[in-house]
Amino acid sequence: MGAITLIDAINLAMAWEMEHDDSVVVLGEDVGVNGGVFRATAGLQERFGKERVLDTPLAEALIAGISIGMASQGLKPVAEIQFSGFIYPTIDQMINHAGRLRSRTRGRIGVPMVLRAPSGGGIHAPEHHSESNEAFFAHMPGIRCVIPSSPARAYGLLLAAIRDPDPVVFLEPTRMYRMNKQNVEDNGEALPLDSCFILKEGDDVTLVSWGAMIFETLKAAKELEADGIGCEVIDLATVSPIDIDTILESVEKTGRLVIVHEAPLSCGVGAEVAALVADKGLFYLHAPIQRVTGYDAVMPLFKLEHDYMPSVNRIKGAIRKTLED
Amino acid sequence: MTISAKFEIKYFQYLDPAGKPVAKKLPKVAEDRDEMLRMYRMMSQVRVFDRKAIALQRTGQLGTYASSLGHEATHVAIGAAMRPEDAFFPMYREYGAQFMRGVKMEEVLLFWGGDERGNDFSGPKHDFPWCVPIATQFHHAVGAAMAYKYRGEKRVAVSVIGDGGTSQGDFYESLNAAGAWQLPVVFVIANNKWAISVPLELQTRCETLAQKGIAGGIESVQVDGNDIIAMREAMDTALDRARKGKGPTLIEAVTYRLSDHTTADDARRYRKQEEVAEAEAKEPAEES
Ligand SMILES: Cc1ncc(C[n+]2csc(CCOP(=O)(O)OP(=O)(O)O)c2C)c(N)n1
Ligand SMILES: [Mg+2]
Repeated sequence: MGAITLIDAINLAMAWEMEHDDSVVVLGEDVGVNGGVFRATAGLQERFGKERVLDTPLAEALIAGISIGMASQGLKPVAEIQFSGFIYPTIDQMINHAGRLRSRTRGRIGVPMVLRAPSGGGIHAPEHHSESNEAFFAHMPGIRCVIPSSPARAYGLLLAAIRDPDPVVFLEPTRMYRMNKQNVEDNGEALPLDSCFILKEGDDVTLVSWGAMIFETLKAAKELEADGIGCEVIDLATVSPIDIDTILESVEKTGRLVIVHEAPLSCGVGAEVAALVADKGLFYLHAPIQRVTGYDAVMPLFKLEHDYMPSVNRIKGAIRKTLED
Repeated sequence: MTISAKFEIKYFQYLDPAGKPVAKKLPKVAEDRDEMLRMYRMMSQVRVFDRKAIALQRTGQLGTYASSLGHEATHVAIGAAMRPEDAFFPMYREYGAQFMRGVKMEEVLLFWGGDERGNDFSGPKHDFPWCVPIATQFHHAVGAAMAYKYRGEKRVAVSVIGDGGTSQGDFYESLNAAGAWQLPVVFVIANNKWAISVPLELQTRCETLAQKGIAGGIESVQVDGNDIIAMREAMDTALDRARKGKGPTLIEAVTYRLSDHTTADDARRYRKQEEVAEAEAKEPAEES
């Protein structure tokens, strides 16, 4: 397999698992003949049939709810929510049922479903198409929330999500769908969930980010290298539950932490990372933790979205701040 | 002007409130003495259970409890008609249906006594536990029916909702999807006229709740929910249709909530005693 995009990797992972496991079905709005509005499910219906790749009526609560029903009776549904702003009707089903059933039935009924959705801004999309909503799902007990940030991680993490016996919300950074290509081997190998990925090693500052912001974060780290500042870049990947051990190990080494995410600041997943580090690694820190995030404001229409999303300069500024005096 | 489509809702009733036949010909189940006895016994058992549960709550041994008083015929007919391999997606007061499916009385008490282990009950392992977020259970039934259809299994998903629940979006979404996909699912509305303190006429201007199924392209009927024969016949017909691949059915069971909404409620605050007395005269499982 040659170099592929993140969206291709998602398509390949679903195809692999459908090929090897009859209980995997794909459902959502326009996922059939049309192959999804972003083409994530392109070719799947042709290959696996209309019974396994289902165009649903236009109803998001239904998509989540029937996925729970299917999963409870032995299927492994992979449901697509078409755009990020329309995921909110699923929250009732996800928090009240998907995340609870295993616990409240004392293990009798599990919900092995995946809820996939595009997430984040930067693609000049209409209103309600650019929000980053991982914090809503990170706050739900019983639900994993995973965000890939490269084709290889999209492939391996989606496979793991489909195979997981419990519900996974899989948020795909829309801006990265076709950003760059990477060689991905289509070998059915999953990557671990609940684990960070160290993308670049460094001794001076730890940068924790996820999703499309990994791009700006890596860029900031590269640019500061020229000034002799060594940044360690960690992709959080599974935003809930958080692999705090990997982060703590890094902060122990660097003594400095900058968290970068696109979602609003308040009660974002960054707040949880910061609280955990304060809790378990306060005395490793040489400087206050910095967060570079979207603002506590409505995501603007696309003319202003780049002012809203953290820039390389803002990230560099925060890194330098941790190195002051 | 021409008429594009015309609809009607049939009402089924075989027994009058005193239990005397009103139809010339009764369905076959009425001739099955053992089955009729099995159902009658269960209606009586649920009544006794209900009274005991309320007493346990009053003496502090249970938390809030949702009584099924008045719904016995509707609930027992549902459970009696289903097969073990079918799946049940209840709301929170269908003990008659659940006992018929093997759930134990102590398991219901465990749940209302605040212990999740009540949800790991002795009924079929694929049956859902009680569902408090109104109407969300309909989606689960639709999904389960999709799984059965996908695997070519002759199983049916059955779910119950209240009259109040028919105002929820999830209710309409489910009917619509089940109709579009012709799924093996049976939806039952236990229309007990009240949603806590809100009477039916504030939920809807529809003459029947069954007609809401027509918009989903679903076979929809209205049944005297206090008439165990009518209710059982409607379930048998609906389950048979579903098993034969003929699609979903919506059954509106017209009954009445004789009790308070739950033990935390006092219905005297919002409804007239005369109305309750009138409903009591039509109740399904006269105690002796
Ligand atoms: C989504 C939701 N909203 C509100 C409630 C609180 N509540 C519990 S029961 C009930 C009334 C339900 O009425 P109905 O659907 O007619 O069922 P019944 O209790 O009469 O059997 C309400 C409002 C709830 N459980 N779920
Ligand atoms: Mg009611």
